[in-house]
Amino acid sequence: MEPIVRMEGISKAFPGVQALDMVDFEAYPGEVMGLVGENGAGKSTLMKILSGAYKKDTGRIFLDGKRIEIENPYHAQRLGISTIYQEFNLTPNQTVAQNIFCNREPREKGILGKLGFINREKMEEEAEKILEIVGAHVSPKSLVKDLSVAEKQMVEIAKALSFKAKIIIMDEPTSALVPEEVEKLFEIINQLKSQGIAVIFISHRLEEVFKIADRITILRDGKLIGVMKKEEIAPEKVIYLMVNRPLAEMFRKEESKLEDVVLEVRNLSKKGVVEDISFKLYKGEILGIAGLVGSGRTEMARLIFGADKKDNGEIYLEGKKVEINSPEDAVRLGIGLVPEDRQNQGLILKLAVRENIGIPILEKLVNLLFVNKEKLNSIAREFVQKLNIKTPSLLQKALYLSGGNQQKVVLAKWLSLNPKVLILDEPTRGIDVGAKVEVHAIMSQLAKSGIGIIMISSEMPEVLAMSDRILVMSEGRLAAELSKKEATQEKIMAYASGHYISNYS
Amino acid sequence: MRNRVSRRPLTQVFKFQRIQEIGILLILFILSLFLSIATPTFLTSTNIFNILRAFSWIAISAFGISMVIITGGIDLSVGSVMALSGLITAMMLRANLGDFLSILGGLLIGAFVGFINGLLVSKANLPPFVATLGTMSIARGFCYGLTGGWPVRELPRSFMFWGQYDIPILGIGIPLPVVVMIILGIVVSLFLNRTVWGYKIYAVGGNEQAARLSGINTGRIKLLVYTLCGLLTAVGGLLMTARLGVAAPTAASGYELDIIASAVIGGTSLTGGEGTILGVLIGAAIMQVLRTGMVLLGFPAYWQPSAIGAIIILAIMFDQYRKKKMGLLR
Repeated sequence: MEPIVRMEGISKAFPGVQALDMVDFEAYPGEVMGLVGENGAGKSTLMKILSGAYKKDTGRIFLDGKRIEIENPYHAQRLGISTIYQEFNLTPNQTVAQNIFCNREPREKGILGKLGFINREKMEEEAEKILEIVGAHVSPKSLVKDLSVAEKQMVEIAKALSFKAKIIIMDEPTSALVPEEVEKLFEIINQLKSQGIAVIFISHRLEEVFKIADRITILRDGKLIGVMKKEEIAPEKVIYLMVNRPLAEMFRKEESKLEDVVLEVRNLSKKGVVEDISFKLYKGEILGIAGLVGSGRTEMARLIFGADKKDNGEIYLEGKKVEINSPEDAVRLGIGLVPEDRQNQGLILKLAVRENIGIPILEKLVNLLFVNKEKLNSIAREFVQKLNIKTPSLLQKALYLSGGNQQKVVLAKWLSLNPKVLILDEPTRGIDVGAKVEVHAIMSQLAKSGIGIIMISSEMPEVLAMSDRILVMSEGRLAAELSKKEATQEKIMAYASGHYISNYS
Repeated sequence: MRNRVSRRPLTQVFKFQRIQEIGILLILFILSLFLSIATPTFLTSTNIFNILRAFSWIAISAFGISMVIITGGIDLSVGSVMALSGLITAMMLRANLGDFLSILGGLLIGAFVGFINGLLVSKANLPPFVATLGTMSIARGFCYGLTGGWPVRELPRSFMFWGQYDIPILGIGIPLPVVVMIILGIVVSLFLNRTVWGYKIYAVGGNEQAARLSGINTGRIKLLVYTLCGLLTAVGGLLMTARLGVAAPTAASGYELDIIASAVIGGTSLTGGEGTILGVLIGAAIMQVLRTGMVLLGFPAYWQPSAIGAIIILAIMFDQYRKKKMGLLR
C-alpha cells in the first residue's frame, strides 16, 4: 500500500533558527501517526507546512503518490488535508451548519442560487449527516458559542469530513478536554481510521499517544530522530530520544549559596490556571521553572507580577508581606518581568532604545518638572555598553534591532531599576547562539550581584545549565522541586508530562 | 564598544525624525505660494492673521486630541465640548457671575466631559470611538437643552477682548488667540517631550501591553489625556465664543472632523505612539489655508466639505505609506 501522504527532505528556516532540517514524514490511510517532540522541536512547523500555513524552503510533498505544491490552507483543505487546531477556527456567532459549510454553502436551485441565495434546509440536512458520522449530538442550528470545547472540536472534525478529508491533523486535541471527552475523541479517531482516513496526532501527553497511535514519529531540534511502531518502543525510550541533546556551548552558572530568601510565594491560585503554588526564591539564585507549554508557567509569572488578578495567595518580599495588584505595584517593589513575547509585551518597538530602557525609572530622573535627558542618556549609554547592545545610536527604534539585542534592551530596562527579583520568561527564545551565551552570562552576573531570578524555560539544556534549583510544573501545579544535582532531562520531562511519575520517583 | 554609541548618529536620527514635519511644512509652503500668486488678497497681513485667528481654536483642541490619538484613542466629542464650554461661560457671564468664574466654569465643564470620556475608556473599557460618540451627542444635547435652541448674545466686552484684541508687536497687531495658541503649543510640546507623563503617553500608545508590563498605570494615563483634551478643547471653545461674540448651541458642529484631520495631517498616527505638536500645528494651518484658499479662489462653498474630506483621505494614505516604508505595517 502507498502512503497517503509523504513528505521528503522538508527544511524551513526562520530568522535565527533552523526550524526543520531535512525532515521526512509519512502516513498511511487508516493509520494514526503520533508526532512527538519537545517544545520547539518542529512539530507544529512541519504540520503547518503540510496544512499550507507555512511555505517550505526545500523538500517535496506527495499526496497519494502525486507530487503537490500546497499554496495556502484553503488549498490544503480542498486537497483533503484538514487541521484541527488547539485554537478553533470557528465563528462563534454562526450556527454549526454555517461553520461546517463556511464558504461552500449549498445554493438554491436556478437563478436564485446564482445570485448567492443559500439553501439552508439542504445545508442543515447535510450537516446533520456529517455530525452523525462523528457521533456528535449537536444540532446544526445551534450557535457555536453555545457549545462546549469538546463539541466545538467535533464540529471542526465534521468540517474536515465535509471537505472529504483524507488526512486530519490534530494539534494537541486533548489539551482542553476532560478524560471522558478524551475517550469520546478516541472513539471518533477510531471511526475515522476505519474509513481509511490518516490521522496525525500531536500531543505532549505521551500516554495518550501510546494509546491511540499506530506509529510514532519523533522530532528533535528540527531533525527527524526516528519513526517507530508503538509496540516496538517503550515510553521511556521515546522520552530519551526527545530530550537527548548535547550540552555543548552552554554557559554554566556558578553555584551559589542559598541563604537569604528574597521572595516567597504561598498558595498562589487562579481558577483553571494555576493551583496552590508555593515556593521560595533565594538571593543570588536562578530558579528554573520547567514544564510543558500550557502548564501554567507564564500565567504564574504574570500573577506574581500583578499582570493578572490572582484568586488566592500571598507574596512575601524580603520577609514582608506585600500586596501586588498591578505591574505598577510590582515595579515599585523592585520586581521586573521579561515577558515571553518580547516584541508585543517586552518592548515598545516604535520607541527608541533610550526610552525603552528608561521607562521604569523615569520618575527618578526628574529635575523639577522635566525628565533630565542628560541623565537618561548616560544611563541608557551605560547599559548599552555594559550589555554590549549593538545599536547605531540610543535613538534607534527598538524595531530595527536583532532579536538578541532586543532582548538585551528588555533586560537593560529592568537593570536600570536595580531590581530585587527578576522574572525571565523564555529569556533566550528565538535568539541566536552567540547572543544566547551573552544573555546567560548576564543572568549569571545578575544573580551574583544578589538579584533573585526566576527563569521560565522550555529548553532543557538551558534549565539544567543555568538553574540552582528547578521547579517542574504540570497542569497548573508544582509537580516537583529538583536540586541541581538530582535534575536530569528525563526526570524533568517525566514530571512535566505528569504520567510517568511512578516510574521515576 | 565605546564607539558604538557615538554622537554623530544621534544627530542623523534626529534629522530623520524631523523629515516628517519638513514634508508637511513643504506642502503648506507650496499651498501658500500658489495662493499668493493666484489671488491678490492671500498675502496680506489682514488675511494671514484672519487665517491664524480662525485656526487657533481648532489647533488648540487639536493639541489635546493629538495626545489622545498618541495613546491610540480618539475623541469625537471635541466639537460638542467646544460649543458646550463656550455656552456655559456665556450663560454664566449673562448671570453676572463675573469673567473669572465664568471662564473657570467653561474650562471645568470641558475638563469634566474629558474626564468622563477617560473614565468610560479606562474604567468601563469602552472603545474610545463608542464612548466619545456617546458623549458627543450628550454634550450637544445639553447645548440645545440649556438654551432652548437660542443663541446667547450680548456678552461683556471684557470677555470678547480675549477673542478680538490684537497685541501690537513691531507695528503689527497679533491676535490674542494666536498668542494663546503659541503659548499652549509650547507648553503641551514640553509636556509631551520632557515630562514623565509625556514619555508615558508615547509608551502607552506605542504598545499598551508592554507599557503596562513596564509598570505604567495605563488607565491613569488615559484618564489624563482625555481630561487634558477636554480642557484644551474648552480653551478653544472660549476663544471661539469670545471672537464671535455669541454662543450658539449649534457652534462648532462638525469641528471634530477638522480637529482630527489637523492632527492626522500633522503626522499623528491613528494607531498610536507617534505625533508631535509642531506637526499638529502645521496640520491645522494646512486645513485653514485650504479653507481660506478655496474661498479666495471662489471654490463653490457647497463643495468645500468634499475637498476637505478628500484631503483627509490623502493624509491618512500618506501615513500608511510612510509606515509601510518604515516596516511598521505588513
